[in-house]
Amino acid sequence: MSDQATPPSLYAAREPIFPRRVSGPFRNLKWIILIVTLGIYYVVPWLRWDRGPDLPNQAVLLDLANRRFYFFWIDIWSHEFYFVAGLLIMAGLGLFLFTSALGRVWCGYACPQTVWTDLFILVERWVEGDRNARLRLHRQEKTDFRKVRLRLTKWTLWLLISVATGGAWVFYFADAPTLFVDLFTGQAAAVAYITVAILTATTFGFGGFAREQICIYACPWPRIQAAMMDEDTLTVAYREWRGEPRKHSEEAKSEPMGDCIDCMACVNVCPMGIDIRDGQQLECITCALCIDACDDVMERIGKPRGLIDYIALSDEKLERAGNKPRAIWKHIFRPRTLLYTALWGGVGVALMVALFIRADIEVTVAPVRNPTFVTMSDGSIRNTYDIRLRNKNNDERLFRIAVQGDPAVRIQLEGTPYASVSVAADASHLQRVYVIAPPNSSPAEAERTDIRFWIEDLSNGDRAYKDSSFTGKGQQ
Amino acid sequence: MTKVPPKQEGDPNTTGHSWDGIEEFDNPMPRWWLWCFYLTIIWGVGYTIAYPAWPLVSSATAGLLGYSTRGEVAQEIAAVETANEGINAQLASVELTEIAANPELNGYATSAGAAVFRTWCAQCHGSGAAGFVGYPNLLDDDWLWGGDIENIHATIAHGIRNEDDPDARYSEMPAFGDILEPEEITQVVNYVMDLSGATPMDPTQVAAGSELFLDNCSACHGEQGLGDREQGAPNLADAIWLYGGDYDALMETVTYSRYGVMPPWTQRLTEAEIRAVAVYVHQLGGGE
Repeated sequence: MSDQATPPSLYAAREPIFPRRVSGPFRNLKWIILIVTLGIYYVVPWLRWDRGPDLPNQAVLLDLANRRFYFFWIDIWSHEFYFVAGLLIMAGLGLFLFTSALGRVWCGYACPQTVWTDLFILVERWVEGDRNARLRLHRQEKTDFRKVRLRLTKWTLWLLISVATGGAWVFYFADAPTLFVDLFTGQAAAVAYITVAILTATTFGFGGFAREQICIYACPWPRIQAAMMDEDTLTVAYREWRGEPRKHSEEAKSEPMGDCIDCMACVNVCPMGIDIRDGQQLECITCALCIDACDDVMERIGKPRGLIDYIALSDEKLERAGNKPRAIWKHIFRPRTLLYTALWGGVGVALMVALFIRADIEVTVAPVRNPTFVTMSDGSIRNTYDIRLRNKNNDERLFRIAVQGDPAVRIQLEGTPYASVSVAADASHLQRVYVIAPPNSSPAEAERTDIRFWIEDLSNGDRAYKDSSFTGKGQQ
Repeated sequence: MTKVPPKQEGDPNTTGHSWDGIEEFDNPMPRWWLWCFYLTIIWGVGYTIAYPAWPLVSSATAGLLGYSTRGEVAQEIAAVETANEGINAQLASVELTEIAANPELNGYATSAGAAVFRTWCAQCHGSGAAGFVGYPNLLDDDWLWGGDIENIHATIAHGIRNEDDPDARYSEMPAFGDILEPEEITQVVNYVMDLSGATPMDPTQVAAGSELFLDNCSACHGEQGLGDREQGAPNLADAIWLYGGDYDALMETVTYSRYGVMPPWTQRLTEAEIRAVAVYVHQLGGGE
């Protein structure tokens, strides 16, 4: 053991962070992204889309009970879930692309944790004032009426946003106008209230109090991203070779002073509470607010902008040697990002193609194998098939089922003397079908005969087929 | 020996622990994380009190909530049974012939009947209802006792040749080994095989067998050998053989007779279940 009497604590309390207001191009970009993303999130469930009388008219709806995903004109059934898997793969590849080109740009601009925290900090600033006012309020030990009023106002506003956040989520899973009324009249399903409660609690806690702790300790993405960044990745960094020695430092007394006047603007605006001048750090979400803050100061003291900037690691050596950095497009267009783009585009094109060649008639044919065939009293051989017909149209359709492959075989549908069967709008129907080969005919005697089922939509003549086989006595 | 790198400026403090000169940096965890950890412990303890958890000698602690997975299954089954009470009552009371015309009732009966079939009937008739030697195939269009819904229902309800139900279907084929000479049995078998026309037989044997058939068999199987469903006498002119249609099997059948038994199900199944399985069997492809 060491000779230290009292070892330091192994646990640290969270240091509250009071980001200062900042303005500039990156801040404006973040406001725009905030408005667009939150706008999409809150508005989309309320968009309507007419699908006919039997189907929901909500533009985007995840109907879990009926296993349907409605997205405007696209209607995805549960067995077509690969479309959703494809979209997730695209989202993953898109993140790889953006991370390898621009670092943690997702974290800094578009992550819900960042967007909602931004919104919560905005509310905080409206209620309690900017950084200095908030710091004073935080340090004020006496709990007076003003402090209580400000805190309660802030928390109430946060709570309203949180409830709206949790509330909007459930609208994606049910008819929004109906559910809205049901939620307030106490008629909604328990799961709706539980979901709203959980999302309200997490939004309130994560956006109001945990904030950067989520990014640093809870989120796995920052760790994964390290594997996707390389020396060409543009990321927020401090031009130390230009800024140092900074004002107030020991070196600045003897050497010519660098551009950094040590005004702490970059530190004060940082929502993660770090000093970007210490170099790349795990905590940095590359929100670029320090760039806005520093550029503002550089402009005022008449120095060139970009002391803190989007810089690639590979440019550092060039710049230290007094050369110009490589052009931005050279950092962005390189084999790695082009490969990600190609993969992303490839999956996208494949999905589009799959979507457009998707037939309106979908059929699966499952031959019944228990038993493989049945001998009838007249000696004919009967095979049974379970044919599932999916009608993806918005109205009821009549489908005719026919069999092709050997002139001897005939078809018979269970439960109906007709060769056609009706399937309701946006529904599937399981029809048992018998194929019968007369005694001594070639399919009855052969071990196996290839046959083809033709399914015709009688309303428009569209046809689809499925190949299958007929098992005869030869098998025994 | 690995050299310990010298401490650099900017390195965090050490925890103060030192083993053989190896020290540990103190990068403190957030305290809220520690509290989350304690919460999970409290939750875990509470969980083992609320739910069955601690193994004892012969069982485990039951938990304050009295929860068990078996109990949950029993509850779910009870809930389903309650939910189905109405439709079961309807199924048990409507005219059998009306079930097919009611899509809701028919769909329910088919699904419920499939479950009953797999539980109680598949042991003899097979999970696919294709039967085995001696156990009729329920998929084809040949029925010993009738293939309409009412006859199927009666067969299932009361069974065949059992001693438990006075209403069981009953008939008995004599063992012709005691009645006819072996030569005569051979002639009858030749005639029966000729009836279904599967194999060409010796015409003299067939002619002799024809006489014997009229005298001994036609009372039940009919003059044409087409069978009689009133007596459960099989049609001998079709392609379906319950005990096999080759020479040896037929010799055995005629000499020693057959006596297939099916239990009555009224004693084990409810009327709704019997009707459900009747509907299921009726729609397998051979129902009349």
